[in-house]
Amino acid sequence: MSATQVQETEKPQFYLTEEHHPENSTMLGFWIYLMSDCLIFAVLFATHGVLGRSYAAGPSPADLFDLGLVAFNTAMLLLSSITYGFAMLQMERGAKMETLVWLAVTGLFGATFLGVELYEFHHLILEGAGPTRSAFLSSFFTLVGTHGLHVTFGTIWLITLMMQVGKHGLTPENRRRLMCLSMFWHFLDVIWIGVFSFVYLLGVLG
Amino acid sequence: MSHESASEAHHAHSHGHEAGHGSFKGYMTGFILSVILTAIPFWLVMAGVLESKLLTAVLVMGIGVVQILVHMIYFLHMNPRSEGGWTLMALIFTLIIVGIALAGSLWVMHHLNANMMPMTQEMMKNMP
Repeated sequence: MSATQVQETEKPQFYLTEEHHPENSTMLGFWIYLMSDCLIFAVLFATHGVLGRSYAAGPSPADLFDLGLVAFNTAMLLLSSITYGFAMLQMERGAKMETLVWLAVTGLFGATFLGVELYEFHHLILEGAGPTRSAFLSSFFTLVGTHGLHVTFGTIWLITLMMQVGKHGLTPENRRRLMCLSMFWHFLDVIWIGVFSFVYLLGVLG
Repeated sequence: MSHESASEAHHAHSHGHEAGHGSFKGYMTGFILSVILTAIPFWLVMAGVLESKLLTAVLVMGIGVVQILVHMIYFLHMNPRSEGGWTLMALIFTLIIVGIALAGSLWVMHHLNANMMPMTQEMMKNMP
Protein backbone atom coordinates (compact mmCIF):
# COMPACT_ATOMS: atom_id res chain seq x y z
CA MET A 1 0.00 0.00 0.00
CA SER A 2 2.69 2.43 0.97
CA ALA A 3 4.66 1.52 -2.15
CA THR A 4 1.83 2.52 -4.45
CA GLN A 5 1.45 5.78 -2.55
CA VAL A 6 5.07 6.59 -3.18
CA GLN A 7 4.58 5.91 -6.85
CA GLU A 8 1.63 8.23 -7.00
CA THR A 9 3.24 11.10 -5.13
CA GLU A 10 6.66 11.01 -6.79
CA LYS A 11 6.05 10.67 -10.48
CA PRO A 12 8.79 8.45 -11.83
CA GLN A 13 11.17 10.32 -14.10
CA PHE A 14 12.15 8.29 -17.10
CA TYR A 15 15.28 8.69 -19.16
CA LEU A 16 13.26 10.12 -22.05
CA THR A 17 12.58 13.47 -20.40
CA GLU A 18 15.72 15.33 -21.46
CA GLU A 19 16.48 13.32 -24.55
CA HIS A 20 16.48 15.18 -27.81
CA HIS A 21 15.33 13.01 -30.66
CA PRO A 22 16.49 14.15 -34.07
CA GLU A 23 13.41 14.69 -36.20
CA ASN A 24 15.21 13.61 -39.32
CA SER A 25 17.34 10.50 -39.13
CA THR A 26 18.29 10.37 -42.82
CA MET A 27 21.72 11.81 -42.08
CA LEU A 28 22.46 9.18 -39.44
CA GLY A 29 21.23 6.42 -41.74
CA PHE A 30 23.38 7.68 -44.56
CA TRP A 31 26.36 7.92 -42.23
CA ILE A 32 25.89 4.27 -41.28
CA TYR A 33 25.78 3.37 -44.98
CA LEU A 34 29.09 5.24 -45.42
CA MET A 35 30.59 3.33 -42.50
CA SER A 36 29.57 0.02 -44.12
CA ASP A 37 31.15 1.25 -47.35
CA CYS A 38 34.23 1.99 -45.26
CA LEU A 39 34.34 -1.71 -44.33
CA ILE A 40 34.28 -2.71 -48.02
CA PHE A 41 37.27 -0.49 -48.63
CA ALA A 42 39.02 -1.77 -45.50
CA VAL A 43 38.76 -5.32 -46.85
CA LEU A 44 40.09 -4.22 -50.24
CA PHE A 45 42.95 -2.33 -48.56
CA ALA A 46 43.76 -5.41 -46.49
CA THR A 47 43.76 -7.54 -49.68
CA HIS A 48 46.12 -5.10 -51.34
CA GLY A 49 48.28 -5.06 -48.22
CA VAL A 50 48.62 -8.84 -48.44
CA LEU A 51 48.99 -9.20 -52.24
CA GLY A 52 50.62 -5.86 -53.04
CA ARG A 53 54.16 -7.29 -53.17
CA SER A 54 53.35 -10.40 -55.21
CA TYR A 55 54.50 -9.32 -58.66
CA ALA A 56 54.72 -12.83 -60.22
CA ALA A 57 57.98 -11.70 -61.87
CA GLY A 58 55.95 -8.94 -63.51
CA PRO A 59 56.19 -5.16 -63.27
CA SER A 60 56.37 -3.48 -59.85
CA PRO A 61 54.66 -0.21 -58.84
CA ALA A 62 57.89 1.72 -59.44
CA ASP A 63 57.86 0.51 -63.09
CA LEU A 64 54.20 1.30 -63.67
CA PHE A 65 52.95 4.30 -61.71
CA ASP A 66 53.34 7.86 -62.89
CA LEU A 67 53.23 9.82 -59.63
CA GLY A 68 52.80 13.12 -61.50
CA LEU A 69 49.52 11.82 -62.90
CA VAL A 70 48.45 10.60 -59.45
CA ALA A 71 49.26 14.01 -57.94
CA PHE A 72 47.15 15.65 -60.67
CA ASN A 73 44.25 13.30 -59.91
CA THR A 74 44.58 13.98 -56.18
CA ALA A 75 44.39 17.70 -56.90
CA MET A 76 41.25 17.16 -59.03
CA LEU A 77 39.48 15.28 -56.24
CA LEU A 78 40.55 17.78 -53.57
CA LEU A 79 39.36 20.71 -55.72
CA SER A 80 36.04 18.94 -56.32
CA SER A 81 35.68 18.58 -52.53
CA ILE A 82 36.15 22.29 -51.89
CA THR A 83 33.85 23.31 -54.77
CA TYR A 84 31.16 20.98 -53.38
CA GLY A 85 31.67 22.79 -50.07
CA PHE A 86 31.05 26.09 -51.85
CA ALA A 87 27.89 24.63 -53.39
CA MET A 88 26.68 23.72 -49.89
CA LEU A 89 27.39 27.26 -48.64
CA GLN A 90 25.36 28.70 -51.54
CA MET A 91 22.59 26.20 -50.78
CA GLU A 92 22.43 27.42 -47.18
CA ARG A 93 22.13 30.99 -48.50
CA GLY A 94 19.29 29.78 -50.72
CA ALA A 95 21.00 30.84 -53.95
CA LYS A 96 19.83 28.32 -56.54
CA MET A 97 21.85 29.49 -59.53
CA GLU A 98 25.16 29.74 -57.64
CA THR A 99 24.56 26.28 -56.14
CA LEU A 100 24.05 24.84 -59.61
CA VAL A 101 27.21 26.54 -60.92
CA TRP A 102 29.37 25.13 -58.10
CA LEU A 103 27.78 21.69 -58.52
CA ALA A 104 28.63 21.84 -62.24
CA VAL A 105 32.26 22.77 -61.41
CA THR A 106 32.38 19.84 -58.96
CA GLY A 107 31.04 17.53 -61.66
CA LEU A 108 33.71 18.70 -64.11
CA PHE A 109 36.49 18.00 -61.60
CA GLY A 110 34.96 14.59 -60.89
CA ALA A 111 34.74 13.80 -64.61
CA THR A 112 38.38 14.89 -65.12
CA PHE A 113 39.42 12.56 -62.29
CA LEU A 114 37.55 9.69 -63.94
CA GLY A 115 38.99 10.49 -67.38
CA VAL A 116 42.56 10.45 -66.05
CA GLU A 117 41.93 7.24 -64.13
CA LEU A 118 40.48 5.51 -67.20
CA TYR A 119 43.48 6.72 -69.23
CA GLU A 120 45.80 5.26 -66.58
CA PHE A 121 43.97 1.90 -66.56
CA HIS A 122 43.92 1.79 -70.37
CA HIS A 123 47.63 2.58 -70.48
CA LEU A 124 48.43 -0.16 -67.92
CA ILE A 125 46.40 -2.78 -69.79
CA LEU A 126 48.06 -1.84 -73.10
CA GLU A 127 51.46 -2.28 -71.44
CA GLY A 128 50.46 -5.83 -70.53
CA ALA A 129 49.93 -4.91 -66.89
CA GLY A 130 46.23 -5.75 -66.75
CA PRO A 131 44.42 -7.21 -63.75
CA THR A 132 45.34 -10.75 -64.83
CA ARG A 133 49.10 -10.15 -64.82
CA SER A 134 49.84 -10.63 -61.11
CA ALA A 135 48.21 -10.71 -57.69
CA PHE A 136 49.49 -7.18 -57.11
CA LEU A 137 47.72 -5.89 -60.23
CA SER A 138 44.51 -7.82 -59.45
CA SER A 139 44.23 -6.21 -56.03
CA PHE A 140 45.29 -2.82 -57.42
CA PHE A 141 42.60 -2.82 -60.10
CA THR A 142 39.96 -4.03 -57.63
CA LEU A 143 40.72 -1.39 -55.01
CA VAL A 144 41.26 1.61 -57.30
CA GLY A 145 38.48 0.43 -59.63
CA THR A 146 35.98 0.21 -56.76
CA HIS A 147 36.87 3.75 -55.75
CA GLY A 148 36.50 4.88 -59.37
CA LEU A 149 33.11 3.16 -59.57
CA HIS A 150 32.00 5.11 -56.49
CA VAL A 151 33.11 8.37 -58.11
CA THR A 152 31.21 7.37 -61.27
CA PHE A 153 28.00 6.81 -59.34
CA GLY A 154 28.62 9.99 -57.35
CA THR A 155 28.88 11.92 -60.62
CA ILE A 156 25.64 10.37 -61.93
CA TRP A 157 23.95 11.28 -58.62
CA LEU A 158 25.35 14.81 -58.91
CA ILE A 159 23.91 15.27 -62.42
CA THR A 160 20.55 13.88 -61.26
CA LEU A 161 20.45 16.31 -58.34
CA MET A 162 21.41 19.24 -60.60
CA MET A 163 18.37 18.44 -62.74
CA GLN A 164 16.18 18.09 -59.62
CA VAL A 165 17.36 21.42 -58.22
CA GLY A 166 16.98 23.04 -61.63
CA LYS A 167 13.39 21.82 -61.92
CA HIS A 168 12.09 22.04 -58.34
CA GLY A 169 14.48 24.48 -56.69
CA LEU A 170 16.12 24.18 -53.26
CA THR A 171 13.22 22.39 -51.58
CA PRO A 172 13.79 20.70 -48.20
CA GLU A 173 13.94 17.31 -49.99
CA ASN A 174 16.58 18.53 -52.40
CA ARG A 175 18.59 20.09 -49.57
CA ARG A 176 18.56 16.77 -47.75
CA ARG A 177 19.69 14.95 -50.90
CA LEU A 178 22.45 17.49 -51.49
CA MET A 179 23.65 16.97 -47.92
CA CYS A 180 23.78 13.20 -48.40
CA LEU A 181 25.74 13.59 -51.62
CA SER A 182 28.03 16.05 -49.81
CA MET A 183 28.87 13.37 -47.24
CA PHE A 184 29.33 10.77 -49.99
CA TRP A 185 31.62 13.03 -52.01
CA HIS A 186 33.84 14.05 -49.08
CA PHE A 187 33.94 10.40 -47.99
CA LEU A 188 35.32 9.40 -51.41
CA ASP A 189 38.04 12.01 -51.00
CA VAL A 190 38.91 10.50 -47.61
CA ILE A 191 39.20 7.04 -49.21
CA TRP A 192 41.42 8.52 -51.93
CA ILE A 193 43.85 9.76 -49.25
CA GLY A 194 44.31 6.10 -48.28
CA VAL A 195 44.68 5.06 -51.94
CA PHE A 196 47.37 7.55 -52.89
CA SER A 197 49.29 7.11 -49.61
CA PHE A 198 49.11 3.34 -49.28
CA VAL A 199 48.87 2.10 -52.88
CA TYR A 200 50.74 4.65 -54.96
CA LEU A 201 53.31 6.32 -52.69
CA LEU A 202 54.22 3.30 -50.57
CA GLY A 203 54.09 1.11 -53.70
CA VAL A 204 56.60 3.26 -55.57
CA LEU A 205 58.72 3.51 -52.43
CA GLY A 206 59.04 -0.29 -52.57
CA MET B 1 5.82 33.31 -37.00
CA SER B 2 5.68 31.63 -33.62
CA HIS B 3 6.38 28.34 -35.35
CA GLU B 4 9.43 29.88 -37.01
CA SER B 5 10.89 31.26 -33.82
CA ALA B 6 10.20 27.95 -32.12
CA SER B 7 12.00 26.05 -34.84
CA GLU B 8 14.81 28.61 -34.61
CA ALA B 9 15.21 28.00 -30.89
CA HIS B 10 14.97 24.28 -31.48
CA HIS B 11 17.63 24.60 -34.12
CA ALA B 12 20.00 26.38 -31.75
CA HIS B 13 19.42 23.67 -29.17
CA SER B 14 20.14 20.78 -31.47
CA HIS B 15 23.05 22.22 -33.34
CA GLY B 16 24.60 19.62 -35.58
CA HIS B 17 21.61 17.36 -36.04
CA GLU B 18 22.15 17.77 -39.74
CA ALA B 19 25.48 17.41 -41.43
CA GLY B 20 27.02 20.45 -43.03
CA HIS B 21 27.06 23.62 -41.04
CA GLY B 22 30.26 24.72 -42.69
CA SER B 23 31.57 28.21 -43.17
CA PHE B 24 33.71 29.63 -45.95
CA LYS B 25 36.57 30.01 -43.50
CA GLY B 26 36.22 26.39 -42.34
CA TYR B 27 36.27 25.02 -45.90
CA MET B 28 39.29 27.17 -46.83
CA THR B 29 41.19 26.11 -43.69
CA GLY B 30 40.49 22.47 -44.50
CA PHE B 31 41.49 22.96 -48.13
CA ILE B 32 44.80 24.70 -47.38
CA LEU B 33 45.71 22.12 -44.72
CA SER B 34 44.84 19.32 -47.17
CA VAL B 35 47.00 20.83 -49.93
CA ILE B 36 49.98 21.04 -47.56
CA LEU B 37 49.37 17.54 -46.19
CA THR B 38 49.10 16.15 -49.75
CA ALA B 39 52.17 17.97 -51.06
CA ILE B 40 54.50 16.77 -48.29
CA PRO B 41 54.14 12.98 -48.89
CA PHE B 42 54.34 13.35 -52.69
CA TRP B 43 57.47 15.49 -52.26
CA LEU B 44 59.00 12.99 -49.82
CA VAL B 45 58.57 10.10 -52.28
CA MET B 46 59.08 11.83 -55.65
CA ALA B 47 62.19 13.77 -54.62
CA GLY B 48 63.50 10.92 -52.45
CA VAL B 49 64.24 13.35 -49.64
CA LEU B 50 64.98 10.86 -46.88
CA GLU B 51 67.58 8.09 -46.92
CA SER B 52 65.47 5.71 -44.83
CA LYS B 53 62.58 4.07 -46.68
CA LEU B 54 61.01 3.00 -43.41
CA LEU B 55 60.95 6.56 -42.07
CA THR B 56 59.47 7.84 -45.34
CA ALA B 57 56.76 5.15 -45.24
CA VAL B 58 55.89 5.95 -41.62
CA LEU B 59 55.73 9.68 -42.42
CA VAL B 60 53.53 9.12 -45.52
CA MET B 61 51.04 7.01 -43.56
CA GLY B 62 51.15 9.35 -40.54
CA ILE B 63 50.47 12.44 -42.66
CA GLY B 64 47.70 10.48 -44.41
CA VAL B 65 45.99 9.84 -41.06
CA VAL B 66 46.28 13.54 -40.14
CA GLN B 67 44.76 14.53 -43.49
CA ILE B 68 41.85 12.12 -42.95
CA LEU B 69 41.21 13.84 -39.61
CA VAL B 70 41.35 17.27 -41.31
CA HIS B 71 38.77 16.11 -43.87
CA MET B 72 36.49 14.72 -41.18
CA ILE B 73 36.56 17.92 -39.15
CA TYR B 74 36.46 20.60 -41.88
CA PHE B 75 34.61 18.85 -44.75
CA LEU B 76 32.40 16.23 -43.08
CA HIS B 77 31.78 18.52 -40.04
CA MET B 78 32.17 15.65 -37.62
CA ASN B 79 31.69 16.52 -33.99
CA PRO B 80 30.99 14.39 -30.94
CA ARG B 81 27.51 15.89 -30.50
CA SER B 82 26.02 15.34 -33.96
CA GLU B 83 22.94 13.07 -33.96
CA GLY B 84 23.22 12.76 -30.19
CA GLY B 85 26.64 11.14 -30.47
CA TRP B 86 25.51 8.28 -32.72
CA THR B 87 27.66 9.26 -35.71
CA LEU B 88 30.73 9.17 -33.47
CA MET B 89 29.65 5.82 -32.03
CA ALA B 90 29.21 4.38 -35.55
CA LEU B 91 32.60 5.80 -36.53
CA ILE B 92 34.39 4.30 -33.52
CA PHE B 93 32.74 0.93 -34.12
CA THR B 94 33.80 1.04 -37.77
CA LEU B 95 37.37 2.02 -36.87
CA ILE B 96 37.61 -0.95 -34.49
CA ILE B 97 36.39 -3.36 -37.20
CA VAL B 98 38.71 -1.76 -39.78
CA GLY B 99 41.62 -2.06 -37.35
CA ILE B 100 40.90 -5.74 -36.71
CA ALA B 101 40.45 -6.49 -40.43
CA LEU B 102 43.62 -4.66 -41.51
CA ALA B 103 45.97 -5.62 -38.68
CA GLY B 104 44.63 -9.17 -38.49
CA SER B 105 44.93 -9.82 -42.25
CA LEU B 106 48.43 -8.40 -42.52
CA TRP B 107 49.61 -10.21 -39.40
CA VAL B 108 48.16 -13.62 -40.26
CA MET B 109 49.17 -13.50 -43.91
CA HIS B 110 52.68 -12.37 -43.03
CA HIS B 111 53.12 -15.41 -40.81
CA LEU B 112 51.64 -17.69 -43.47
CA ASN B 113 54.09 -16.28 -45.98
CA ALA B 114 56.97 -16.81 -43.58
CA ASN B 115 55.94 -20.45 -43.09
CA MET B 116 55.53 -21.11 -46.81
CA MET B 117 59.26 -20.69 -47.46
CA PRO B 118 60.69 -23.59 -49.49
CA MET B 119 61.64 -26.45 -47.23
CA THR B 120 65.23 -27.58 -46.85
CA GLN B 121 66.34 -31.22 -46.93
CA GLU B 122 66.79 -31.06 -43.16
CA MET B 123 63.18 -29.90 -42.67
CA MET B 124 61.90 -32.62 -45.01
CA LYS B 125 63.63 -35.30 -42.92
CA ASN B 126 62.03 -34.00 -39.76
CA MET B 127 58.54 -34.03 -41.21
CA PRO B 128 56.21 -36.30 -39.25
